[in-house]
Amino acid sequence: MSGSVLEIKDLHVEIEGNEILKGVNLTIKGGEFHAIMGPNGTGKSTLASAIMGHPKYEVTQGSILMDGEDVLEMEVDERAKAGLFLAMQYPSEISGVTTSDFLRSSINAHREEGDEIPLMKFIKEMDAAMDYLEMDKNMAQRYLNEGFSGGEKKRNEILQLMLLQPAIGILDEIDSGLDIDALKVVSKGINKLRSESFGCLIITHYQRLLNYITPDYVHVMMQGRVVKSGGPELVERLESEGYDWIKQELGIEDVTVGK
Amino acid sequence: MAIETKETYGKEYIETFSQQKSEPNWMRKFRLEAFDRSESLAMPKPDKTNITKWNFTNFKHQSEAEESAIESLDQLPSDIKVFVDTEKEDQNFVLLRNQVAVYETLDPTLVEQGVIFTDIFTALEKYPELVQRYYMKEAVAIDEHKMTALHAALVNGGVFVYVPKNVVIDKPLQAIFWQEDQELALFNHVILVAEENSSVTYVENYLSQNNEQETVANIVAEVIAHDNASISFGSVDHFARGTTVYMNRRGVAYRDATIEWALGQMNDGNTVSENVTHLIGDHSVSYAKAVSVGRGDQTQNFTAKIVNHGKHSNGIILQHGVMKDSSSAIFNGIGKIEHGGTKANAEQESRVLMLSKNARGDANPILLIDEDDVTAGHAASVGRVDPVQLYYLMSRGISQKEAERLIIHGFLAPVVNEIPITAVQEQLTQVIEGKVN
Ligand SMILES: Nc1ncnc2c1ncn2[C@@H]1O[C@H](COP(=O)(O)OP(=O)(O)OP(=O)(O)O)[C@@H](O)[C@H]1O
Ligand SMILES: [Mg+2]
Repeated sequence: MSGSVLEIKDLHVEIEGNEILKGVNLTIKGGEFHAIMGPNGTGKSTLASAIMGHPKYEVTQGSILMDGEDVLEMEVDERAKAGLFLAMQYPSEISGVTTSDFLRSSINAHREEGDEIPLMKFIKEMDAAMDYLEMDKNMAQRYLNEGFSGGEKKRNEILQLMLLQPAIGILDEIDSGLDIDALKVVSKGINKLRSESFGCLIITHYQRLLNYITPDYVHVMMQGRVVKSGGPELVERLESEGYDWIKQELGIEDVTVGK
Repeated sequence: MAIETKETYGKEYIETFSQQKSEPNWMRKFRLEAFDRSESLAMPKPDKTNITKWNFTNFKHQSEAEESAIESLDQLPSDIKVFVDTEKEDQNFVLLRNQVAVYETLDPTLVEQGVIFTDIFTALEKYPELVQRYYMKEAVAIDEHKMTALHAALVNGGVFVYVPKNVVIDKPLQAIFWQEDQELALFNHVILVAEENSSVTYVENYLSQNNEQETVANIVAEVIAHDNASISFGSVDHFARGTTVYMNRRGVAYRDATIEWALGQMNDGNTVSENVTHLIGDHSVSYAKAVSVGRGDQTQNFTAKIVNHGKHSNGIILQHGVMKDSSSAIFNGIGKIEHGGTKANAEQESRVLMLSKNARGDANPILLIDEDDVTAGHAASVGRVDPVQLYYLMSRGISQKEAERLIIHGFLAPVVNEIPITAVQEQLTQVIEGKVN
């Protein structure tokens, strides 16, 4: 199977009346790994949230298409079923719902009614993925993200990514809060998915992550737009020189948006 | 209103009823005295809930149905079977069908150790002094208000549990009260006494199906934990819409004793339910956990109250309620520390989850402290399903309905998970499922 295509065209997004995204254009195809970098407060998470359908973000202009289908017309769960997945920068904590129950419901949501995953098969798959990510098995019986450390939450996001195997994965700062070993493990999990049928958008601040997961394309966001795109070499330049040269090139003083 | 009761079930009726049940004299006198008191006593006035228009008078006191005994657990009707771990042998189990004991079983080794677990009439016959020692003495008094007095006058069923000194019971005791007759009132009386150093887990279920037919449940449970005893008390109350419920569960804990409550308050009719524990002894402990779901147009008033009398006594209240449709409920959480209860601790948490605009839920936290050297705390909230949590779950493909279901069950889990019998826990989950969908 060849992969899906996610097309973002001239996307404008508001939060509580503030325009945060001011015309983002981006296309991600199966098999491609894209990285988005950019200073704090420039709209990276806003982009990810708008794609997934976060209730606070309002799209005021532009379009998002998944294999030609209008994503903006879809409910959040329909977006997931269309093949989108967002590993969130700040995953919610849900008391009383075990991680394992949640994972099983998620997997079953992608299957037909009457074709639910058999319990033993689910446990096997979950255990295997948890082993792969070197996660403590007890986490499965703990309430979803409740009291998880920052790093544990991130691993849990990747666990979901591995079990759900979406067509397009968006990873919002999946590396923040991870120690070096965890970073390697998480990268290993993401790389395992690399194939023609998986496209990925990686939001990060650091070259570190991109040393493990080499992107095909790199984009820089400022002021709610993609202001520069290039190949992996762009990462190195940003790491050594920071963002000033781009700001100068484009005559930008304040990179943030929504103020 | 009360006149109706008086005419139908007056002193003459009570006298005859008591005789039919071959009750000891003291019990007959007790009933008659209670009836006299009931005439002058006022109805209870639960905080912020007006119960004056509720049906407390339209009911039938005895069922005409002739209940025959049930031989084995396999013969239980399917409605009841689901509450029982039938594959486990040697159950400790009492079933009252229309207030008649139709099945009773108790592990013979427990019988040998002197444990009593039987219906209240059998207990009155076989152990009259023991019952008399505890019957509306230490926990609930006849003259608290009209409801307790009427209860004492008209008791028509219940169980008596007695755990002798040093006896530790591992397997739970289970009682099911099944109001199969749609008009039958349950004036049910439960006494649970754990003597020094003993330990017991007891779970009770109330069930009925009378959606249209009106009747009344007036229930008192008296739970006494003597020095260093430990009692775990679980329940699933599931009276149907037609039953107006007054529920009074009261605990008394002496030195180093523990009483844990895990109450699934799932009635569908108007309900006043109070759960009060007195921590009399030093170092006594009570955890009062309760969940409820309000639906339809029912009105409910819940009180969870712990009174710290003893030094270093520790009372912790946790109530979680889900409100839907146009139901309304008041959740009173009361922590009271009496003078002399030094180093006592009173904690409480009341959380209400609103699922509909027309529902009403009020958390009413109260701390009353009459001692200096103590610790206390309370937390209360009334809120809706968090849209960001919903978003998170739905972002994995889970439908909104299923996501809400997960969040609601999660919200009620802290209490549901405390129910000590697996079958009852699963049943409570089913009941919740039925109520929230
Ligand atoms: N509820 C809100 N109301 C107003 N502004 C908001 C709101 N939520 C976010 N913003 C603003 O939108 C801008 C973009 O935020 P976003 O989270 O997309 O940034 P980001 O690029 O992901 O930053 P970071 O690298 O720090 O994660 C920020 O200036 C932020 O303060
Ligand atoms: Mg961000």
